[in-house]
Amino acid sequence: MTVSDETLARAAADGDAAAFSTLIERHYDAVFRLAFRLTGARAEAEDLTQDVCAGLPAKLSGFRGASKFTTWLWRVVVNAAHDRRRRAATRAKYAEGWGDWEVDRRAAEAEVAEAVDWLTQAMRALPEELRDTLALVLDDMSHAEAGEVLGISGGTVGWRVSEAKKHLRAMRAREEDA
Amino acid sequence: MSDDLDDLKAMMRAATPKPDADRKAADIALARKNFADLQEARDGARQTSDRPKAGLVRGVTDMLMRMNTRGALTATTALVALGMVVVVPDWRNAPALRGAQPVVTEADDSLADAGVRREAPVPEAAEEMVLDVAPSEPAPEAEAPQPVPMPSPQVARPESGVAKQRQIAPQAMQSQALSDAEGYAGGVANTAPVGRIEQPGSNDAMALPEMESEAFPDAVPNALKITSEEPVSTFSIDVDTASYGVVRSSLRAGYLPPREAVRIEEMVNYFPYDYAAPEGNAPFQPKVSVTDTPWNPDTKLVHIAIQGETPPVEDRPPLNLVFLIDTSGSMQAANKLPLLKQSLALMLPQLTERDSVAIVTYAGSAGQALAPTPATERETIQGALDRLEAGGSTAGQAGLQQAYALAGEMSGDGEVSRVILATDGDFNVGISDPEALKDYIAEQRESGTYLSVMGFGRGNLDDATMQALAQNGNGQAAYIDTLSEAQKVMVDQVSGALYPIADDVKIQVEFNPAAVVEYRLIGYETRALRREDFNNDRVDAGEIGAGHQVTALYEITPMGSPAQMSDPLRYGEAEVARGDTGELGYFKLRYKAPGEDESRLIEQAIVEGGETGPEARFAAAIAGFGQLLRGETYLGDWGYADAIALANGAKVGDPFGYRAEAVQLMRLAESLSR
Repeated sequence: MTVSDETLARAAADGDAAAFSTLIERHYDAVFRLAFRLTGARAEAEDLTQDVCAGLPAKLSGFRGASKFTTWLWRVVVNAAHDRRRRAATRAKYAEGWGDWEVDRRAAEAEVAEAVDWLTQAMRALPEELRDTLALVLDDMSHAEAGEVLGISGGTVGWRVSEAKKHLRAMRAREEDA
Repeated sequence: MSDDLDDLKAMMRAATPKPDADRKAADIALARKNFADLQEARDGARQTSDRPKAGLVRGVTDMLMRMNTRGALTATTALVALGMVVVVPDWRNAPALRGAQPVVTEADDSLADAGVRREAPVPEAAEEMVLDVAPSEPAPEAEAPQPVPMPSPQVARPESGVAKQRQIAPQAMQSQALSDAEGYAGGVANTAPVGRIEQPGSNDAMALPEMESEAFPDAVPNALKITSEEPVSTFSIDVDTASYGVVRSSLRAGYLPPREAVRIEEMVNYFPYDYAAPEGNAPFQPKVSVTDTPWNPDTKLVHIAIQGETPPVEDRPPLNLVFLIDTSGSMQAANKLPLLKQSLALMLPQLTERDSVAIVTYAGSAGQALAPTPATERETIQGALDRLEAGGSTAGQAGLQQAYALAGEMSGDGEVSRVILATDGDFNVGISDPEALKDYIAEQRESGTYLSVMGFGRGNLDDATMQALAQNGNGQAAYIDTLSEAQKVMVDQVSGALYPIADDVKIQVEFNPAAVVEYRLIGYETRALRREDFNNDRVDAGEIGAGHQVTALYEITPMGSPAQMSDPLRYGEAEVARGDTGELGYFKLRYKAPGEDESRLIEQAIVEGGETGPEARFAAAIAGFGQLLRGETYLGDWGYADAIALANGAKVGDPFGYRAEAVQLMRLAESLSR
């Protein structure tokens, strides 16, 4: 019988290094997958995953077992993604007026992004909260579970998913018109 | 592109790359290293002799050091908000708070650094966060491991300095005034609205309550009394069971319950006991027996058992039940509103065509969801239940007034009216003064409408308010966490909880100083009465429903026992050993028949011996378990293992498995306490 995530997480929070290793190995791939869906780009996903791995030991003491470990973990990932975005936004703000050099660099980055397929690009164009919700739901998560991760109700998740779908459809329509 | 979600999922799956093996190895190595560093920092910090629960100076230092964390923000904003509630009682009804669509507000840095984002104005965001696992410590920056020691989760919950501060501050403001006004000498009065401040949603600076915002009455355990100084002990009976439910859900979730959530009498009274049915005309029969104390060979346990009569269903008066259902957004969780609907559906078949049911909901504004309907029209009732949906904030007082008004309309001659409040504890919108609410309920009690309170869910359960409301409304407070618990509360006990057979039941015991040197009432801290209140029929006390059982336990130290804690006075008067020592004490009980104003008295002497069957042993085991959870000092070396052995030996006649479950919980508590 495999030991449950919750048991491992509590053991890890109490200082059990082996439990912690098992836990992170078990969930690494899923964390990366979610990170990719939240960021829409491989490089960013890798950085985000690294952030999560680095911060997880300290955060683990906050896990109280009131919900499933994975729910808690997804929330950590979503929050880490928000942190990164906020920092990026701050950088972008200060970058304004840096001149053409910076503009050129950004254009180059944008080209790289084009290599990623249509869906991830479209998702990146979505408002943040819709993107997060869609990323979780596309991860085969129920609305209720996604709501638990985001701290919103299942109903709100449903509303957001339909909003996100509307956005995607509109984007598609614009592209086809163009 | 199809907008079918499955297509999207498939596309996403195709687009998601596999993680790079090297990066994976590096990341995992990094995580392990940070984990090891953290353990070192933690172990290093433990070298100091400071326990987490250090003194005031340390606590204040901690608080100042963490002043920029969300907890402190919460504390300050909570205080501000509390002030606002007092000054502007109606501010919650501001229409701006109920937008049609969720709007995301950008959290400011201090909020987001703590690892939580929130959304306004969907109120459940707040409760969900609290309920689940929002990291309880401010999250460190992802790049660096937190160098400060992290208390383990169990320790962090009750003790975490800032949160503690937050709890204490508002309580201190209120409890003074409340306890003066309150008839109970104990801590019932602590209904300070800790953490029950609704988020206005438009104010970014107002942080979510990060720690659990549950509030429990904080009562000091009953102290050992010296018989020659204080021979008389008076208390009101208590048929609440909520505390056991809270204890169970805590233990099941993997942590020990907060000490103040453990009320021993409610744990003991949770279980059905096979006490002898009353004979003759009295609605119930007290039995007093004296047995050995499991945890102390030199003391005795006085076991007071009260069995209420169970009249046949045909004989009971018709019931008018008004369900007052909290449909605020926080009730949406599966263990709240959906569980409540299931519970009520379980109960309907127990009612007859003479009974009627009405439903009032409160969320945002109060509304009648079901007009008074005969209980046999199950489809109508079921349909109304199914239409209930959670959403909006909580307008408790308006709902309560409407429910009482409806109950008043429904009540006919010889009928029993009861309002059954089902809530998760966010019973605060529109109430500027909790005292006024209690007064209101007490007033309604006089008019003959009872109030029971059922708690659902954890996280912001306001146990203290629940208890106070039920006590003031002559009702029962129960906590429902599973469908089987709903079965127990709603079905097994439906006739009992809903149909009172005696009101204002008070117990007074006078111990004989010649036979008993010291005594201690186990539990009932929040139910203590003044000695003179016993004969004062205007002082309210608990009610007993049909078939209810009530158990009270005293631990007594017989004269000459080596267990005596106090030395006899050197300069005091020589002890007057009046009367014979055959009687240990004298038991008196007062009750009122429903609808009567004059109380009746039952009395009997307490003598050695009496029934010492498995029922008394099981009650003792649960009382011991409760004291262990409260960390009380009277048990000596007696531990969880002993409680388990004692309870296991008394599991006879347990058709519903309640006792077996208690043993499981003891085992859980044993391993969690190590």
